[in-house]
Amino acid sequence: MEIKEKESVVVRFSGDSGDGMQLAGNIFSTVSATVGNSISTFPDYPADIRAPQGSLTGVSGFQVHIGAGQVFTPGDQCDVLVAMNAAALKTQYKFAKAGAAIIIDTDSFGPKDLEKAQFNTEDYLGEMNIDPDRVIACPLTTMVKDCLADSGMDVKSMMKCRNMFALGLVCWLFDRDLEIAFNFLKEKFAKKPGIAEANIKVIQAGYDYGHNTHSSVANVYRIETKNKVPGRYMDITGNKATAYGFIAAAEKAGLKLYLGSYPITPATDVLHELSKHKSLGVTTVQCEDEISGCASALGASFAGALAITSTSGPGICLKSEAMNLAVIMELPLVVLDVQRGGPATGLPTKSEQTDLLQALFGRNGESPMPVIAAASPTDCFDTAFAACKMALEHMTPVILMTDAYVANGSGAFKLPNLAEYPAINPPYVPEEMKGIWTPYMRAENGTRYWAVPGRQGFEHILGGLEKDDKTGAISTNPENHDLMTRKRQAKIDAIQVPDLEVLGDKDDAELLIVGFGGTYGHLHAAMDEMRAAGKKIALAHFKFINPLPKNTAEVLKKYPKVVVAEQNMGQLAGWLRMKVDGFVPYQFNQVKGQPFVVAELVENFTQLINK
Amino acid sequence: MAYTQNDFKKGQPRWCPGCGDHFFLASLHKAMAEIGVDPWNTAVISGIGCSSRLPHYMATYGMNTIHGRAAAIATGAKVANPNLTVWQVSGDGDGLAIGGNHFIHANRRNINLNMILLNNRIYGLTKGQYSPTSPRGFVSKSSPYGTVEDPFRPAELCFGARGHFFARAVATDAPGTIEILKAAYEHKGASVCEILQNCVIFNNGTHDAVYDKAGRAKNAIYLKHGEKMLFGENNEYGIVQDGFGLKAVKLGEDGYTEADVLVHDAKCEDNTLQLKLAEMEWPVALGVIRDVEAPTYDDCVTAQIEEVKAQKKYHNFSELLETNDIWEVK
Repeated sequence: MEIKEKESVVVRFSGDSGDGMQLAGNIFSTVSATVGNSISTFPDYPADIRAPQGSLTGVSGFQVHIGAGQVFTPGDQCDVLVAMNAAALKTQYKFAKAGAAIIIDTDSFGPKDLEKAQFNTEDYLGEMNIDPDRVIACPLTTMVKDCLADSGMDVKSMMKCRNMFALGLVCWLFDRDLEIAFNFLKEKFAKKPGIAEANIKVIQAGYDYGHNTHSSVANVYRIETKNKVPGRYMDITGNKATAYGFIAAAEKAGLKLYLGSYPITPATDVLHELSKHKSLGVTTVQCEDEISGCASALGASFAGALAITSTSGPGICLKSEAMNLAVIMELPLVVLDVQRGGPATGLPTKSEQTDLLQALFGRNGESPMPVIAAASPTDCFDTAFAACKMALEHMTPVILMTDAYVANGSGAFKLPNLAEYPAINPPYVPEEMKGIWTPYMRAENGTRYWAVPGRQGFEHILGGLEKDDKTGAISTNPENHDLMTRKRQAKIDAIQVPDLEVLGDKDDAELLIVGFGGTYGHLHAAMDEMRAAGKKIALAHFKFINPLPKNTAEVLKKYPKVVVAEQNMGQLAGWLRMKVDGFVPYQFNQVKGQPFVVAELVENFTQLINK
Repeated sequence: MAYTQNDFKKGQPRWCPGCGDHFFLASLHKAMAEIGVDPWNTAVISGIGCSSRLPHYMATYGMNTIHGRAAAIATGAKVANPNLTVWQVSGDGDGLAIGGNHFIHANRRNINLNMILLNNRIYGLTKGQYSPTSPRGFVSKSSPYGTVEDPFRPAELCFGARGHFFARAVATDAPGTIEILKAAYEHKGASVCEILQNCVIFNNGTHDAVYDKAGRAKNAIYLKHGEKMLFGENNEYGIVQDGFGLKAVKLGEDGYTEADVLVHDAKCEDNTLQLKLAEMEWPVALGVIRDVEAPTYDDCVTAQIEEVKAQKKYHNFSELLETNDIWEVK
């Protein structure tokens, strides 16, 4: 047995929806992160809620990429595939690298299992052209039952521990310290010590099985840690990080947090997360529809709360009228769009970046609205915080864009210290303006003042009709409408956003990659791979899309070739061409509902350089 | 603090001369003065339509929003800021057509809103199309051969949504209007006030039977909780039970005496008879038809937050972080 050093490794746990693959994957990533490895994870849920057990549509996966240095994506394909049943092997094998180790539970490959998984013969490995030497075939179910025989547990409860055996085996394969997993389970099941104990026993059994039999594997691997950033961490999904960002911003601003929402995949977890935290005073209203989600949030904003509405693309269609009302009333509002595949119902559980132009333009009239996009699961926290700060300080609705990939994926999140975050200071109307104030008077930066109901002497009316700049009364005066349109635009244009950063070969890149939002990890990984191969290449990734960073044109025009890579048909490219004179980029567009594949990006970008 | 109607007045209404909205607005100013909530603790929120211009004529906080969404926007304002007294104003199109979903759900949730429904059975601002309360066969610009659909009856919709308060007044009847507005304010929960209001331009005369005092004396009954349901110029008529329904009878005829006349019970949980009253075509029932106590959504939201605050050990963001599985990289 040889221990091999590896830079990074990708493990994919797969099994039936009820097999606990998410938990096994989660513990493995936590154990790896605890020793300082970088992690990136992606859960792949089936579209069916309760598909029949053992069926092809009921397979649930969890992929984790761990690295010695920084990893940016959950990985294109895996080095180790855990397949808890025949259906998992059938559907997940395509995610395995050539030569990947495959762990299977032979107890779940009986005639019925094979039939459900639509195998034609008992030679399932042969049917799929899998080399048996790569397979760790263990009677996992039997061993779990043996291991827990004296526990007094019923068979059903024992079966729930199968995932821990697989986890133990993977921990052995990667030379992981089991103590960390044990502690995780002890904390998770603090109130059910019996369950913690059973799980721990099974993990140990899985580890020992690997150790004792060596199975068919020639090596175990070790992923050393480089560039450790000391600190306290937790694993966090994009949706949870987004919810945390909202909570943090409300606390920083000293405002009540109000969420008006309607369940929609893949945004619903934000509603779930915020609904839990009533002890922080968070108010969530599950509304009768998307329209009301946004409209009630706007009412809450008028009444003085930090107001949020969360949804996905189809919900944005319905919210657009109330978003537009927020534009003309100039009230703070954050609209979260967790993008999924479209149009219409499209691909509800899959990921795209196809809502960008809807976010920028999908409203009647001249309706400028800031648009911000989060780059990774953990980045959702800072981006959500920034969206709230921008909305409150500039009295405007802000669209915060994430996507299914970022929302469901997770990463190691260094616990933020709120004291280090900037203050949030909404432009409350100063008391000394009583008597002279009208609703559309503006501060120096063009922002309207906020007069929250309850303040004597500032009673006023807002609304969807155009108002007179000076008096705030309804006005159809042509000059006034032109003026107000320009003022609303100027207010958004004046918002300060950080400069666009260029990563990689910023001085002499032959090709600049441009992207936005959730593709950051894949684009970064592609750049790293190409630089390692000696190519001169750089990456400029947009987080602030409206207004654009001030140095946008300068960056885009600096390099001989530019490619805008996005998961749509060219929406960011079009927006940049509108905003930057003479900008004619190459485009890489993919609309598959799946994350980019780094290998495909590298191939395409290499071709562009060689052109 | 004692207020007068002038403390709530603002600007010059732009409705057509003779429009029922003028009458209603004057009654609302008076009712608010009598209720006595400060203008700065009051918000009037409307949608779009002739009647939705109303917040512009109020010296309170207000919003004249978008078509149909007044109840949804008012819901957010009330839940986020329960100290605010919120009046939501819609017409029959705004409240029952484009905003029908929000109307029923505000009632179902029992948000503490005073919901005014100015019902003129027509679309006025778009110049004369039938509305969801126009009767079957109604001829309008968009139904030149008459409509082929049945109207909503607002009380039925309110009760169907489990509404706990429904009252009705005629716009020209200031005392009747002020009485139900005050009752709506006193009622904790969604309080629907249907105001029968005449559009002089596009649907003149729709409420003629009850629009003036003489008409109301003949054709309306003022319901008062705990009192006999008598009506007519000399209280010569009464409402009696008739099988599963109600009927109006003349006392002394067909053997009916005052002893047979029902006593109005607005507080009765079961809304069966209240619905029958609301749906009578003759006489038209006015006053508070249903007024039943129930927990309000906004109170319950606040109470639940307090309850969970007492239960849970984390009360700020940094304490929230500590509730997660945390590891340390040294």
